[in-house]
Amino acid sequence: MTRLVVGPFNRVEGDLEVALDVADGRVRSAEVSSSLYRGFEAMLVGKEPLDALVIVPRICGICSVAQSAAAALALADAAGLETPRNGRLAKNLIQACENVADHLTHFYCFFMPDFAREAYAGQPWHAATAKRFQAVSGTALADFLPARNGFLRVMGYLAGKWPHTLALQPGGTTRAITPTEKVRLASVLREFRAFLEQTVFADTLENFSALGSPAALQVWAQQRDADLPRFVNTALALGLDRTGRATDRFLSFGAYAGDTAPFFASGLWAGATQALDAGRIVEDVSHAWLAGDAPLPPLDGETRPLADGKDGAYTWCKAPRYAGEVVETGALARQVLSSHALALAQVVEHGGSVLARVTARMLEVARLLPQMENWLREIEMGESFCAQWTTPQQGTGIGLVEAARGSLGHWLRIERGRIASYQIIAPTTWNFSPRDAAGQPGALEQALVGLPVADDEKNPVLVQHVVRSFDPCMVCTVH
Amino acid sequence: MLGGDARRGVLEQLASAGLEFVAHPALREESGEEALDVLRDAASGALPIDVLCIEGAMLRGPNGTGRFHVMAGTGEPMIAWVRRLAKQAKYVLAIGSCTAFGGINASGENITEACGLQFDGSQRGGLLGSEFVSGSGLPVINVSGCPIHADWIVDTLMSIAGGAHNAEDLDELQRPRFYSEQLVHHGCPKNEFYEFKASAQKASDLGCLMENLGCKGTQAHADCNTRPWHGVGSCIRGGFSCIACTEPGFEDPGHPFMETPKVAGIPIGLPLDMPKAWFVALAALSKSATPKRVRESATRDTPAILSSAKKLKGPRQ
Repeated sequence: MTRLVVGPFNRVEGDLEVALDVADGRVRSAEVSSSLYRGFEAMLVGKEPLDALVIVPRICGICSVAQSAAAALALADAAGLETPRNGRLAKNLIQACENVADHLTHFYCFFMPDFAREAYAGQPWHAATAKRFQAVSGTALADFLPARNGFLRVMGYLAGKWPHTLALQPGGTTRAITPTEKVRLASVLREFRAFLEQTVFADTLENFSALGSPAALQVWAQQRDADLPRFVNTALALGLDRTGRATDRFLSFGAYAGDTAPFFASGLWAGATQALDAGRIVEDVSHAWLAGDAPLPPLDGETRPLADGKDGAYTWCKAPRYAGEVVETGALARQVLSSHALALAQVVEHGGSVLARVTARMLEVARLLPQMENWLREIEMGESFCAQWTTPQQGTGIGLVEAARGSLGHWLRIERGRIASYQIIAPTTWNFSPRDAAGQPGALEQALVGLPVADDEKNPVLVQHVVRSFDPCMVCTVH
Repeated sequence: MLGGDARRGVLEQLASAGLEFVAHPALREESGEEALDVLRDAASGALPIDVLCIEGAMLRGPNGTGRFHVMAGTGEPMIAWVRRLAKQAKYVLAIGSCTAFGGINASGENITEACGLQFDGSQRGGLLGSEFVSGSGLPVINVSGCPIHADWIVDTLMSIAGGAHNAEDLDELQRPRFYSEQLVHHGCPKNEFYEFKASAQKASDLGCLMENLGCKGTQAHADCNTRPWHGVGSCIRGGFSCIACTEPGFEDPGHPFMETPKVAGIPIGLPLDMPKAWFVALAALSKSATPKRVRESATRDTPAILSSAKKLKGPRQ
C-alpha cells in the first residue's frame, strides 16, 4: 500500500487536500481534508440579528447569494415574517442567476480544462477539446465570459451587485424594479438564452430538458456540435458515466419558493423518495480538529477549534449526517428529487457518476432559464417587494436553501434581541465530510475508492474529474 | 472574471496588456505537484514574477503558528508561503479588504488572528511589516473592497503593465487613488432625497439611507456610483446602504450595520469634509423645503409620479 497526497487543487474554490491509499493500482481508501479554519459562526454570536445579512455572504464569493438567502430565510422564520409575492419572485431570480452562472463557471473554467491535459494527448478528441477548453487560453472562455457578464446584469438590476448584496432581506428584496427595468431584464434573459442554445446545447433549452434516458442523451450528443454534447461524447468514451459513484442517497432542501411548493422539490432519495425531516440532521466532529463528543443537531451545535489538533482527526470539516447516513447533495440530487426522468434513470443505472453530476447541472440551466422568464413576467408593477422587519427578542430560525453545489442550511437562535447561536451546514460539508464516529467515510471519500492509479501517477486524472464533478466549495465547507 | 469593458472577456483583456497568469488557484490547469512546482520556483526566484496578487486574510492563528490555514499538499502555513513569494515579486497586490486590512475575518474576537498583508485594521504592520517594499520599491498595493469592483483590479493591473503605477498613485492606506479618492456619495442615485433629507424608514424605501439605515456613502472612499457594478448596479442602486467596505475596520462598525447611530437625533457620521454645524443647519432648512413628491416617495418603493405637464404660461410673444 502506498499513500499519495494530492493537493492543492487548482480550479476548486478554496483549500483541499486528498490522501489516497493505493494498492494493486487502485484507490483502497481516501481521506479528504479541508486545511483552512475560518470561524464565521463564532463571529455572528452577540451580533444584531440583521448583521448576519452582512456577514454570511462574505463566507464565499461564489455562493454569496445562497448564504444571504439562507440567513434571510432563517431570520424570517425566527420573526414569523412572510415575504410578498414580488419579493419572492425577485429572490428566486437572484438565486437562480447565481446558480446558473455558477454551473456554467464550473463547466467552462473549473471542470472542462482537465480534458485538455497532456494525459489525454493520444485520444482522437484531444486536439479539438484542448483548443476549445484549455485553462485560461481556450476559445470557449472568450465566448463564455462575456455571456456571463451580460447575464449578471440580472444581479445589477435586482440585487445592486454580486457578490455580497444586501438586497435579500427577511421580508423580501430592497429593490422594486421599474417597468423599463423589467423590459430590460427580459432582454438580458433572451440574450443569455441565445448563448445557451447556440454555444452550450446546440438545441432549444426545452428540447434538452425533455431528454428522458441515458440512451436519448447519447443519441442527442452524437448529433450535435456544441460544448455540452462535446463533453457528453468525451465522457461516454472515457466511461465517466460509471465513474465516481458515492452513496446513492441524495438530499435536497428544495429550491425556489412557489405559491404551494418549491420549483425543485425537497426530500431524501435512496431508491425511493422520502419527505425531508430537518430534525434528522446532526453534525459529528470525531475526525475534525474540533472539540465535542456526541453528534449534535445544528440548533444545539457548536464549533470550537482545537489549537493543538486531535488524534485521528484530519480536517477542519465536520461530518453532517442525515438519519445517521452519509448523503450526497447538489444538482444531481435536486434533479433526482424533482423526478427528472434522465437524472433518475442515470442514478438507477450506474448511481451518481461524473457524467450524471455534470449533466444534472446543465439540466438545471436548461430548466431554470425558462422559469426565470416566467418569474420575471409574474412580477407585478406597483406591488410590494418587501415586508417590514421587526427584531424579535427571542426565537429560533431555520433557513434551508439550495446553493449551486447543494443543500445549505442556517440554524440560529435569538436571545434578548441578539444572535445567541448560529450554525451553518454547507453543501460541500456534506459531500466532502470526513469519517464519522462509526467510521463511515464521506461521499467523496467513497466516490474515490476503486479509481485506477498508475504506478508513476502523482496526479491521477480520474481523481481530478471525480473531485471536480461535485463542484466543491471549500471556503463554504469550513465557514 | 467580471471585467466590465472587455468585449472578449477579461482574460483576453489582460493577455492583450501583456499579462500572463503564471499561477492561479481558480484558473490554471496545473493541480497538486504541478501547481506546487510553479509556486516553489516562484518562491525561490527561479521563476520571475512581476505581480503577486493575494486574496484572503492572513491567518496567523492559532497562537501565531498559522496552522489555521495550511497550503494543501505542503503541510506549511499559508503565511509562510506568502512571506516567501512576496520577497520575489516586483509588485504585491492585496486583493480585497481581508487581504488589505484583515476585513471580515478579523471581526469580533478575531480568533483566527487575521490581519492584512501590510495592515492590521488601520495600523501599519500586518504580516509583512510596515517597512516592506516589493521589487519595484512600492509597498503592498491595497485593492480594498468587500468585494472589490472587478475593474479596480483590472485597471490596477493594466496600469502596472503599462508602467504607470507609482507611489503617488496610492493614498495613505496604499489604495489606488483612481477609485479611493472619490466618495460612494458621488453619483448617488438617491441624490434628490439626500438634498432634501427625505429619508427611508425601512428596507426597500426609495429615500436617502443615511439618516436611519446606516448608509456611509458620504464617508466611504470608492467610485461605486460613477462606475456601476455589472454596468447597471451598486449597493445604493440596489436599495441598500453602503457599509464602507473599502475602509479598514468596516467589519466592526460599533453599531448594527443597518442602523444609523445618532446623538440627539443627529447622525454621528456626517459627510467627511463638511463642517458639522453647517450640515445640521442646511439639513433643517432643506427638510422644510422638501417637495411633497420627494417626501412621499422616500417611504415607498416606487416613486410618486412626477408630472410631465409644465406650468402653462402666457402665449408666446
